[in-house]
Amino acid sequence: MTHVLGPQEKALAGSGALARQALIARLDPRLRIVMACVFAVVVVALSSLTALFAALAIALSLLVMSRLPWRRTLRRMAMMDGFILVMLLLLPFTVPGDPILVLWGLAASWQGLWQAVEIALTANAVILAVLVLLGTLEPVTLGHALHRLRCPETLVHLLMFTIRYLDVLHGEYQRLRAAMKVRGFRPGTNWHSYRSFGYLVGMMLVRAIERSERILGAMKCRGFAGRMPLLQEFTLARRDVTFGTGFTLLCLGLIILDVA
Amino acid sequence: MTIIALEKICFAYPGQPPVLTGASLHLQAGQRLSITGPNGSGKSTLLHIALGLQRPSSGAVRIFDKDRKEEADFHEVRRRIGLVFQDPDDQLFCPTVAEDIAFGPLNLGKSRHEAMAIVDRVLGDLDLMNLKDRSTHKLSGGEKRLITLATVLAMEPEALLLDEPTNALDPENEARLLEILLSLPQAILLVSHSTPFRAALAPERLELQGGRLVPM
Repeated sequence: MTHVLGPQEKALAGSGALARQALIARLDPRLRIVMACVFAVVVVALSSLTALFAALAIALSLLVMSRLPWRRTLRRMAMMDGFILVMLLLLPFTVPGDPILVLWGLAASWQGLWQAVEIALTANAVILAVLVLLGTLEPVTLGHALHRLRCPETLVHLLMFTIRYLDVLHGEYQRLRAAMKVRGFRPGTNWHSYRSFGYLVGMMLVRAIERSERILGAMKCRGFAGRMPLLQEFTLARRDVTFGTGFTLLCLGLIILDVA
Repeated sequence: MTIIALEKICFAYPGQPPVLTGASLHLQAGQRLSITGPNGSGKSTLLHIALGLQRPSSGAVRIFDKDRKEEADFHEVRRRIGLVFQDPDDQLFCPTVAEDIAFGPLNLGKSRHEAMAIVDRVLGDLDLMNLKDRSTHKLSGGEKRLITLATVLAMEPEALLLDEPTNALDPENEARLLEILLSLPQAILLVSHSTPFRAALAPERLELQGGRLVPM
């Protein structure tokens, strides 16, 4: 997540002081994961524009409730839009239907435009809900909560190791880049640069594998046999039940709105 | 000629107390100088500042009698001064020894043919020809150290900055490294905790105390 989070930030919420007052931050992490999944599945199933706008409104009100810095969070949402922008722009031209306009001999269709709008609304509502519900979790807490939700242990371990070693790998990358710099390397558009970056990535992979073997060795020396004890416990409080029920009802409402 | 002149350098890593609070240092051509100081006192940082990998918060960096402030100012510096990193693994990243040594000369605009000639010459000088086609991450600790020195010497630098070069070397490899370094004409700025190694290579010593360099 390092490219999404600035330096010194662990979770989107930043400092603990903010997290304590906000409603969302006090909810049980397990509930937040489940709710984010339910919301995502429901929204993806919606097809009417009214229901989709309602879903986006729900996601926006979650953002208000979470008291996250809205400007930064919306900017992160927009980063995701960057990935699907090309597809959205091409859709009107690739879906056959009643023409709106003709551009360089290509006809754009109303049907394609509506599909693009639907996809944009779905994607933004889901990503915003995920950012608000899950982005405010400490990565380690997310791992523990997934474990308690009976998520396959291997996947949880993968997440936990990623969290632990991301910085180590990043540090290694930066040291290698510095070493390249002091030997006069300046990236350019030539084979020497491509080859050198290839070597850099390759060497990091080789080192990561070797490091993982050393870590596994060290873990075995301390009695590791395929299971890692995760100590954090979670309990459902009354506000969790209230929030869970309310949110489920909202999701049901979205489905009814869509069908009606 | 003064190769490196650092004047009243101050530096702090973000969110941490300052490591350097007015450190000054001068290295003349052919001079051998060593820096000592406790762990975390900023010795490596000082070397990184001299090559523009870190920028000081205040103070002047003059290398080869020119003020160096911007990234572009340091391109020439990095060509003419070689830094041997503390951990050899931080430096070797190409699949084979030959390619790693050729990396620097290629960056200086040499052709592939010229670069391979430099590889042969440097490895011959250091008597390491047998390692030429070995994979860099399968070398022993001592071999890695000698190869990192070779990668830097391949650029024909006018000065060498050595950051703990004897780390994790056995006495035999340490003696070999010392012999090679003593035969070189370059100015050397050495950071080392090993007293006998310092005494043999660079007896003149500055100590980092409370973020300043004090002659000993």
